[in-house]
Amino acid sequence: MKRLQLFLTTAFLLALPNLALAAEIKANKTITISMFLVIIGITLAVVVNAARKTKTAADFYAAGGGITGTQNGWAIAGDYMSAASFLGISGMISLYGYDGFMYSVGWLVAYITVLLVVAEPCRNAGKYTLGDILSFRTQPKPVRAVCALSVVAVSTFYLTAQMVGAGKLMALLVGFSYTFSIVGVGILMVGYVVFGGMTATTWVQIIKAGLLMSGAFLISILVGYKAGFNPIGFFSDIVNNPNIQDHVSKMLLKDGIQISGEAAGQRFLEPGLFLKNPLDQISLGMALVLGTAGMPHILMRFFTVPTAQAARKSVIIAMWIIGGFYVLTTLLGFGAAIHVTPQGVTAVDKGGNMATLILAQQLGADIAPIVGDIFLAFLCSVAFATILAVVSGLVLAASAAIAHDIYVNVIKDGHADQHEQVMAARITSLVVGAMGIVIGIAAEKQNVAHLVALAFAVASSGNLPVVVLSLFWRRMNTAGVICGLVVGTVVSIGLVMVSPNMTYPQNIANGAKKTIEAMEKKIAAGETLNEKDAKALDQAKKDFAANDGGTSILGLKAPIFPLKNPGILSIPIGFMAAILGALAFREKRAEEMFDEIYVRQNTGIGMAKAIDH
Amino acid sequence: MAQTYDWAAIAKNPKFIELHHRKQRFLFGWWAFSTVYYFLLPIGAAYATDLFKIKLLGNVNFGYLFALSQFFVSWGLAHYYAHVANKDFDRLTREVVSEFVK
Repeated sequence: MKRLQLFLTTAFLLALPNLALAAEIKANKTITISMFLVIIGITLAVVVNAARKTKTAADFYAAGGGITGTQNGWAIAGDYMSAASFLGISGMISLYGYDGFMYSVGWLVAYITVLLVVAEPCRNAGKYTLGDILSFRTQPKPVRAVCALSVVAVSTFYLTAQMVGAGKLMALLVGFSYTFSIVGVGILMVGYVVFGGMTATTWVQIIKAGLLMSGAFLISILVGYKAGFNPIGFFSDIVNNPNIQDHVSKMLLKDGIQISGEAAGQRFLEPGLFLKNPLDQISLGMALVLGTAGMPHILMRFFTVPTAQAARKSVIIAMWIIGGFYVLTTLLGFGAAIHVTPQGVTAVDKGGNMATLILAQQLGADIAPIVGDIFLAFLCSVAFATILAVVSGLVLAASAAIAHDIYVNVIKDGHADQHEQVMAARITSLVVGAMGIVIGIAAEKQNVAHLVALAFAVASSGNLPVVVLSLFWRRMNTAGVICGLVVGTVVSIGLVMVSPNMTYPQNIANGAKKTIEAMEKKIAAGETLNEKDAKALDQAKKDFAANDGGTSILGLKAPIFPLKNPGILSIPIGFMAAILGALAFREKRAEEMFDEIYVRQNTGIGMAKAIDH
Repeated sequence: MAQTYDWAAIAKNPKFIELHHRKQRFLFGWWAFSTVYYFLLPIGAAYATDLFKIKLLGNVNFGYLFALSQFFVSWGLAHYYAHVANKDFDRLTREVVSEFVK
């Protein structure tokens, strides 16, 4: 606890001096908007083409099972890598070195679970949604209803984080207003999903993954060129860079450690500058490793390929793209640290999210000023495509849960013809997309960073245990699925609500108080405050007055649960709840049907029925 | 079109049982290996800092190479699985399927 508070205060103090700096990054509007229009044009052409082919429910939800393994691999990568991994992780590396790189590893390792545990069984035993797998040998109505709620919760958390990020990014880069950005992104996303269903969503994701990899590759080549393509030399450039050394010295001074020169530079390549709580890292790791395999929008991708072999191939291709991207991200992050400098990165955005973009502009401008503008515009459009691809996948997953699980199978008892099913899916997507826009606009001033952690926590603690137990455990049944989903979801949300992710005004007040005391000490010592310090003092006084005695949304002065990521506690609880629920209410039919689901998921026998051509 | 299957009979078929045993051993074993290998990274970064600091190639230290190795281990494992699945699991599956699906 103490350590965490110290960390929060340090983070707060670190953020302070940057308030005074006001560097900006602005993309060339003409070039950027032209590139956006090209992307919009291409994707809309794809949608028109896909819309003509989308006639049945299988077309809408699963692209008729007609996506190849390679295509699906690119689409999984496109679905998965959000703007946060594109901009956030390279920014983290540019400011904190090794810790940023370490953070990225779990996002790839997560796919081992997808590959070994869920991909092929889901292809063999599933149809369109998570609910199809979970309701296979249970009482379908209650299971589908609860499952749809959980899917909508995960998708909404993730979607809100993406929408708010999109609005802020577009405002910062291109100067569009926040609301205009959200509405624009929202309309495109709704258009893709409503008219083109899974086929259009898949192609938007493939195009995005291609753009993302080309962008990362291009800038990496330039970074490599600057280092003479000598990896050993690249690392000594980092260690010997006076700006990085200075940045590290200042960060460590806050913890009372004094090092400088080469030792400080080398420290940038060692762990512990940012991720200071190992338990939180392990907890996040658990949520990633198990949560990715429980993400409804990722699971849904496996229903689009015709065979288990294609599902297998698609995960392996996705792993090369995702892993390759994170390795390139190291070059981008360290490249930004060397060429833009950590000081230059924080001057534009204290979280470091603009590092790659500034790097691209700067390396391009070294060739010619216009090239810098083109590179920046290109990366802005990569970010734009990235947002579109991820939000479309989420809207599709949430709509499928509502239209297919709740409307068709709970309300209509499975009796709806193809036309009605597709209509239901389209109307639902429209409503879900509209809700996404409204929530995105409403959440502008909210702290949404914790929503991604929350989505992974719910996916790993609620969805994954019941998927695994349904596929592999004979005694799993209706009560097990419902207990697992409800308890896993509620515990994850509950723990995040009382975790340090929330805003605790008292912590801000305490931090401000320290600044005030430090400044007053200076005054008492007879020093006159310079302009920056005077401003900091004013701000601290305001912060103190506004926040002292305040409480979080739940009325807490300080977090009760010490970790930002609840996985380490909520995942075992989710598994326990599912197992105990199943054992407490044994169900003969579910146990008898285990042979069927187990044979199906292993062999794919009976799958033709599921594709429904 | 709808053929009905005797699922219990398939589940008791010796070939299916062999498939099930081989897959279970492989999947669980390698999943556990990959998970342990991954968690050594955050645990080591926190508690084995002296090891992570050792410089191996110029300024490149053990910690960096260990983090990088995670990528290659994951890719390697993915391909090893594909190799075994394409060769053994798919063959056994085909044999089971051909016995029961007419």
